[in-house]
Amino acid sequence: MSGVLQDRRSFLRRVSAGFGYTAFAGLAAMDSLSANGGKSPLLPKDPHFEPKAKRVIFLFMQGGPTQYETFNYDPDLSRHAGQATGAKPQGGTSGNTIMPGAFKFLPSGQSGIHISEVFPSLREHADDLCLLNAMHTDSPAHPQASVFAHTGSITFVRPSIGSWVVYGLGSESQDLPGFVTMNPPPVGGALLYGSAFLPASFQGTRVNISAGQDPIENIQNPRLDIESQRRHLDYVQELNRGLLDRRSGDDQIEGVIQSYELAFRMQGAVPRVMDIASEPESLRTAYGLDQKETRTFGMQCLLARRMAEKGVRFIELSHRGWDHHNNLRKRMADNAAAIDKPIAALISDLKQRGMLDETLIVWGGEFGRSSYQQNDQANGRRHNNRGYTMWMAGGGVKGGMRHGRCDVHGVAVEGRVHMHDLHATILHQLGLDHTRLTYRYAGRDFRLTDVHGRVVDEILA
Amino acid sequence: MAALRALGIVVPACLASLAISAETVAPKDLEFFESKIRPVLAANCYACHSAAAKIRMGGLSLDTREGMREGGQRGHAVMPGDVEGSLVLSALRYDGPLKMPPGGRLPSETIADFEEWIRMGAPDPRQIKAQQTATTIDLDKGREFWAFQAPQKPVAPSPRDLAWPNGTIDQLVLAGLEERGLRPVADARKEDLLRRVTLDLTGLPPTADEVEAFLGDSSGQAYAVVVNRLLDSDRFGERWGRHWLDVARYADSMGRTRNAPFPVAWKYRDYVIRSFNRDKPYDQFVREQIAGDLLPHSTAAERVENQVATGFLAIGAHDLNEQDVKQFDMDVADELINATTRSILALSVGCARCHDHKFDPIPTKDYYALAGIFRSSEVRSGLRRRPRFNAGYFRTDLLVQLDGLPAYSIPNASEVRAERERLHSELRAAEENRDRTECRRLARELGKLPMPENLAMGVVEAHKPVPMRVNIGGDPHTPGDPVSRGFVQALFPETAELPRIGEHESGRLQLAEWLTRRDNPLTARVMANRVWHHLFGRGIVATVDNFGTMGRQPTNQPLLDYLAVQFMDQGWSVKSLVREIVLSRTYRLSTNFEQANFEFDPDNTLQWRANSRRLEAESMRDSVLLVSGELEAGAPAQSPVYGFERNQLLNSNNRQLKSWDTEERYRSVYVPVIRNHVSRLFEAFDFPEPSETHGARDITTGPSQALFMMNNDFVRRHATVAAERLLSTRQGDAERARHAFRQVLSRDPSPGELRRAVTRVREIREPGPGEQSAGAKAAEAWLAGFLSAALGREPADHETDAAMRYLHERHSGAGESPEAIARAFHDDEGSFRGNVAIEVVGAALGDKLRGEAQSATRRNLRDWRKAHEEQWDENRQMFLAGSSSLEHEAWTRIYHALYNSAEFRYRN
Repeated sequence: MSGVLQDRRSFLRRVSAGFGYTAFAGLAAMDSLSANGGKSPLLPKDPHFEPKAKRVIFLFMQGGPTQYETFNYDPDLSRHAGQATGAKPQGGTSGNTIMPGAFKFLPSGQSGIHISEVFPSLREHADDLCLLNAMHTDSPAHPQASVFAHTGSITFVRPSIGSWVVYGLGSESQDLPGFVTMNPPPVGGALLYGSAFLPASFQGTRVNISAGQDPIENIQNPRLDIESQRRHLDYVQELNRGLLDRRSGDDQIEGVIQSYELAFRMQGAVPRVMDIASEPESLRTAYGLDQKETRTFGMQCLLARRMAEKGVRFIELSHRGWDHHNNLRKRMADNAAAIDKPIAALISDLKQRGMLDETLIVWGGEFGRSSYQQNDQANGRRHNNRGYTMWMAGGGVKGGMRHGRCDVHGVAVEGRVHMHDLHATILHQLGLDHTRLTYRYAGRDFRLTDVHGRVVDEILA
Repeated sequence: MAALRALGIVVPACLASLAISAETVAPKDLEFFESKIRPVLAANCYACHSAAAKIRMGGLSLDTREGMREGGQRGHAVMPGDVEGSLVLSALRYDGPLKMPPGGRLPSETIADFEEWIRMGAPDPRQIKAQQTATTIDLDKGREFWAFQAPQKPVAPSPRDLAWPNGTIDQLVLAGLEERGLRPVADARKEDLLRRVTLDLTGLPPTADEVEAFLGDSSGQAYAVVVNRLLDSDRFGERWGRHWLDVARYADSMGRTRNAPFPVAWKYRDYVIRSFNRDKPYDQFVREQIAGDLLPHSTAAERVENQVATGFLAIGAHDLNEQDVKQFDMDVADELINATTRSILALSVGCARCHDHKFDPIPTKDYYALAGIFRSSEVRSGLRRRPRFNAGYFRTDLLVQLDGLPAYSIPNASEVRAERERLHSELRAAEENRDRTECRRLARELGKLPMPENLAMGVVEAHKPVPMRVNIGGDPHTPGDPVSRGFVQALFPETAELPRIGEHESGRLQLAEWLTRRDNPLTARVMANRVWHHLFGRGIVATVDNFGTMGRQPTNQPLLDYLAVQFMDQGWSVKSLVREIVLSRTYRLSTNFEQANFEFDPDNTLQWRANSRRLEAESMRDSVLLVSGELEAGAPAQSPVYGFERNQLLNSNNRQLKSWDTEERYRSVYVPVIRNHVSRLFEAFDFPEPSETHGARDITTGPSQALFMMNNDFVRRHATVAAERLLSTRQGDAERARHAFRQVLSRDPSPGELRRAVTRVREIREPGPGEQSAGAKAAEAWLAGFLSAALGREPADHETDAAMRYLHERHSGAGESPEAIARAFHDDEGSFRGNVAIEVVGAALGDKLRGEAQSATRRNLRDWRKAHEEQWDENRQMFLAGSSSLEHEAWTRIYHALYNSAEFRYRN
């Protein structure tokens, strides 16, 4: 009797925890090598030079977050408050008076850089942040600029930066995708994580973080236990290898074989990485998982750290709703509250584990907002692609510094950093030369930065 | 190296301007410029007059000293010291023909500053050479581009190898290959060819019987017979209609911000399918879609068909939440211009909305000439912009009424009609009274009545044509010069005699005419190229939706031109074109690899072999349904999105949104396409975004596809059904395996594959010692899932023990083994539906469940049951049937494995 129970109990544990991957971890690792004669495209590759960072966590704030309420301290705005500039602002016919920031900026950290009061937790990490106050990009429209921020192109379908990174460096994890994007925004769609002409295995894998939903569709097999499924898959791969023999060198088939192995390993690894039960209560609270307003983004941040530990190379998180044409004060405060604690927790968590130095965190949207008031009534700001703010932390970037400046019209004038430059810099920190990371397609070599891009040496530690 | 590179960029951007300013501009002047002039320029002018501007208006750059002095098309903007000679001042003062900035006159102080500054000699520290200024479009030069010259039938070349070609297509292809010293590979094997042509023409694989018949037919006509059979099949229109629907951005909902359903879009979809099945001449097909309502007709049925065709113009995605009416109207026109020109002409005329086309000879004027046509037409999608309540988006009076059809052909027609009228007038009253609740109720009531049958999406002429002006910078509130309605000028020589638009008509009829004239250089080429693309996986012009200068050049222009002219000569018959191509030897090539060819032409642009191609999502799904015998013929009687409550927008939390792809059994072309919510299977396998023209689909490979095929219940369920049929129709392991291979992969297994399949079946059917049978495993999985679902968490060990003990005691007569207990458990209906389940949970928790705890558990179990009903029944059958269930399981897994194989995904 007890024997029977014992069997069942261990079985139940195995099933309800996902799968009995432990027994298969070795087999899986072996497979990733043997299935393709040891040349899985996802295996780690050597960078061009000694890297500062091993991975990137991109915190994408979709909508065009305002710099004047966040990370760009510009006292000139108050000085010129209410002043009509006579300007015809981008994308509109009215609204040209200078509008001062809605919140106080406070000197923060040892460095004393000014950060908006709406980020009380993040301010404590001021000395880790490198504020890029003179970002600029090509388009003031959401879809185009979002795609540009990810692929460096508006006009054509190009691989996204995560795909380029995994193409250049491979993945450290063989049972999770090298490029993961959590809750990607609908604007720009799959282009934001697509691999375009790069092989499909470099495409970003989409993960949904919300209650009651599988984080990845069909991640569990409802019928077969892991052993049976493995035997089943072995048979499938046998058929596939037979096909590969008959059509030698067909990389489409190679791609299918790869995708099944990765999918199989993900079945074990994804539930494991998603299961935050082992994280101490205090840490969960730090990420804000106990509060409604911070729960979703906090979960993304915590999962980002867990994926970073597992060797995922490029992790993107998204937070939407930064398009504040009106009601800016309230909505900005809400948004800030939603991300402040989680990001601060992510930074200290990484730091505590000694991972911040090797993890490059990038925060920002597709563009920023104007220094002008939306119009006479509205408490909001228009789009602005000619001057905005992003920041980086960790990954070999100087902390506690501001780089660049916009004039009172919100145009980047000093220390300008174009989106192409940011891409070049991100690749540089990963040990990749953006001019050498190329892929030949349709008769020519393509790059993430096209013919542009400059590594922003001034901000490198 | 890095430092040098950095310097190279930094110098011109920052240091240079500092250096110049220090040398040539006095500090006082510099301050004046920086404080009074530069900010005004930056804020008011740079958007249109700078290197960074999207469009540099008038060829003028105001962001550099040179640009300012040299000026644009109108001459010097600034003459240092000469106030009256500086164009910029008269523009700022608003006293000449040119008034700048367009948004309104700047404050007088600002203008005074500029006067002062010019008097000072216009000191200007900026020194970045402006980029080359934009030129105006030269139409004559533009017409020289290959795609804008009418195609001519090429002289058939005489290739060296006279034996290989099987017609003009082959001669042209071979000429292209020989020119570069390449040779075509061997012909395809018969089974590959049958699978290829059947999938390409119908979207379905050949049946096992068809495979057998074709392999057994050694006559020379066997292939031609098959081709004719496929062309005659109604499955042809379902396949090729879907290709057109990709191009026509077909959907069953609006998308964008207010995703309201299109309950009669299906009429247009079915029209498209019918048109391909009847081999409607393509020029007529185009004319009907653009101006069907204006075309002559000889029968009532033809009239209705023509009206339905204009649905093409009504299914676009528009932002129903747009507040600005002018903007909305222009956005609608824009969508129509894009849809029409990209689908039929493969030109992106939409680029000319805000500025002359950057690359193609399409001036802004042409865009507004087309906009005038579409603005003078009324789009009837059935939906309106910004109704007072959500209930009010859909209104039947916003659809096209089909002539000569009764509203209802049902017996109680008059009752239904009266009821509808009553509800409608009440709804109007409720809207007047702003009674939200009542509106919602009435809309719901309306949704329960059958839809009038004489309604379709489409367009009609507007009351009178709308005069059109260029919208400067694409802004509808900044009208420029008036534009008369017309067409893309570059497509016809200036001397061409084109039909004129009458004063009182929209011009759609003429547009339809222009699009389909024989001397239109694009229409036939574009369609012939689309057909080629669908048969070879790549167009002769690879950018199938862009024949402009930014598109790719044709890889074999004589071939493209031959096909285009031949297409027109054959009465624009798509079937004739398809037939000629698939009968060519080029189409019948194998996918064999050939090193020498590969080195020269790795992408096979010259067609030295056939391309192995991924099946579309639709073909994969339909194949699975066909093999299991579950595929239903025809479309669902009513659109699945009709009967949705009227006020329901199709957001992700709408519970009426279903997974039609996995739940329904009609062909994929009939699965509703909900914008923003494309079905999972379709999404995983690269279904195109349905708001825009997509003549070519992406082909990606990723783990989400593997997860779908491996784990989604749809594949498994149909594998089960297929296995059931197999067991009842075929005898013996070998025969069964052979049949399954033929069904799924359209070929016989090799002896090795056959042996392996049979061993695989035995492994599952007869588990070895120490191995658990599939049945026992399924039962255990069931118990585990059941318990965690009921508790809403993972059970603790002691709880599991307690639950097991309870079951064991309850079924004490069954025996000790897990399988025996599981069988008893499944045999007992109560354990699934009744109180036994609750008792098990209670036992696990060590207490009887009462009150809140019990209802919570019941709720959990209810959800669990709902999701697992089918699986429960299946498991039950398996347990009750005993060992024959293992046989069934084994063959289920064979089918499942075949569906998961790479070979299934690719046709050779």
